[in-house]
Amino acid sequence: MTLTAPPAARPAAGGPDLTRAALSGRRRFTNHLATAAIWVAVLLAVIPLALVTYTVIAKGGGVMSLSFLNEDIPNSYRRDGGGMGPAIVGTLLITGMAALMAIPLGVFGAVYLNEYGKQRPLARVIRLMADVMTGVPSIVMGLFIYISWVLLVGEQTGFAGALALACLMLPVVIRSSEEMLRLVPDELRQASMALGARKWKTTLTVVLPAAISGITSGSLLAVARAAGETAPIIIVTGIVFSPNWNLFDGSNTALPAQIFRNASQPFPAAQDRAWGAALTLIVIVLGFTIIARFISSRFAIKER
Amino acid sequence: MTLTNNPPAAKPTLTQRGRSALGDRVFSWWTLGTGLLVLAILGLILITTVREAWPAFDAMGLRFITERVWDPNPATGDAIFGALSFAYGTAVSSLIALLFAVPVSVGIALFLTELAPRRLRGPAVTVIDLLAAVPSVVFGLWGILVVAPALVPIYQWMHDLLGGIPLLGRLFGPVASGRNFMTAGLILAIMVTPIITSITREVFSTVPRADKDAALALGATRWEMIRGAVFPHSFGGVVGAVMLGLGRAMGETIAVALVIGGATNITANLFAPGNSMAAVIVQQFGESTGTFTAALIGLGVVLFAMTVLVNLLAQVVVRRAEARMKGSVA
Repeated sequence: MTLTAPPAARPAAGGPDLTRAALSGRRRFTNHLATAAIWVAVLLAVIPLALVTYTVIAKGGGVMSLSFLNEDIPNSYRRDGGGMGPAIVGTLLITGMAALMAIPLGVFGAVYLNEYGKQRPLARVIRLMADVMTGVPSIVMGLFIYISWVLLVGEQTGFAGALALACLMLPVVIRSSEEMLRLVPDELRQASMALGARKWKTTLTVVLPAAISGITSGSLLAVARAAGETAPIIIVTGIVFSPNWNLFDGSNTALPAQIFRNASQPFPAAQDRAWGAALTLIVIVLGFTIIARFISSRFAIKER
Repeated sequence: MTLTNNPPAAKPTLTQRGRSALGDRVFSWWTLGTGLLVLAILGLILITTVREAWPAFDAMGLRFITERVWDPNPATGDAIFGALSFAYGTAVSSLIALLFAVPVSVGIALFLTELAPRRLRGPAVTVIDLLAAVPSVVFGLWGILVVAPALVPIYQWMHDLLGGIPLLGRLFGPVASGRNFMTAGLILAIMVTPIITSITREVFSTVPRADKDAALALGATRWEMIRGAVFPHSFGGVVGAVMLGLGRAMGETIAVALVIGGATNITANLFAPGNSMAAVIVQQFGESTGTFTAALIGLGVVLFAMTVLVNLLAQVVVRRAEARMKGSVA
């Protein structure tokens, strides 16, 4: 009805005032207030990040040295000196082993979802459950591995930690790899099939290589997150004070577990070691993250 | 061409029956197997943990959930395992976290989608990514050694200021130390902000250009455009994002274990120490045996059930919202 209504009160000259000056004070104020609130929100995210980074670098940098990265962990929290050598060894070995298990399985899981399952009910259920599994608390995963592996084998080992981390990484790898496989143009698949290649051959020699950089970067992000996981390590790998290079025999330890144990001690020596370990861990995690970002920004397919 | 003139003696078999059909079948079964691994692990978690926790469930019955006392080594009588205090701690710290994280996350998401100048968008995304990359134990370390002591005077001041108000004042009771529900909630807020932000941002970015332009063309200010075009369109997705954040907060173990104070406690006072389900497990698992271990695993079962439920609901909500939005773009 308003469409046909005649233009009743049109201002005489120049039309209505459409500039900002015509806004009522209240509306202008609300708009400014909202804009300010949004800026404050961004600041509120920047502040903790800046503070954490600053504190870790300041306090961790104080204890950082070559011997800190090398030496054994003192077997008393009270004692000065020592280092985090065994924990660094443990973190690298356990995370590496977890990656070796989770990444191939995850990538093939993604191949199933994107190349075979697509929108079938089973594939949709797996997709949904992979997303749910991403939200399973790491402590629960630790308990699961404790029951189903540590109790079975009879001792806490580095491998148990790797199993727990692999379970945590698996859904992340699956979902990120699937996203990457989805970006591979269908023309590539069709071209390969037209040349007579079987589906498995097409997938292994055409589709996966086309998506490999994206898959690598997604997997590295998953590795970075797993390297910082603490709770399962504490429950399933036990503790050692000198490096244990064997994942299958005897306890092990990792940087996050050492940070946790040392952080709750009242002794300055322990707290110093915690800060040093935190700096080391952040450097490792950030290293993975930066490599991942570099790969994805340089080589990955951006859009289909 | 020539092919039609002289047909070859043996026709090339384009379907290649036999030679590598087996390869195809093996490969598809193998990928299906890896896909099913997800379901298998989730199922195994449920079965093994419930079986292992059974002695505790059996001894306590329903009281495992309704009992607030947690006494693994009593001087006399049987051990008592009640998870209620810890469930309360999990709920309170997670809710505080959401209270702070949701407005901030929505603000950052709006900044990224509506407000940020192009050259600030990249750095802002990097900040969120880095915040997500910092391991939770580092936040815990920072929380226990830096944040908790620094907040004590502020808590004290809030207690002096607000403690006298009837009812509301009970939230701001006496301050024992910096390690309490409030600190745990604040640290959790920092940790769930990236996940809520990233999903909220995706949801906001699907709001059709036309809706926003229409609002602006009708003379709406930017805020009125956000309220009238962006929020109604993305409400479902934001709810899903918040629930995912809730799931993350409930399951977070290490940071909470370090800053929540480690007391079995149900109180309205946010400045009192308490404990959460995940934190108790990691604190006490090392020194537990027998039924005590079973009870801790029982806490894990409850936690698992709750987080899976919340995540499942969140995923369904997000998927619904996404499906609806994809429909409306066209």
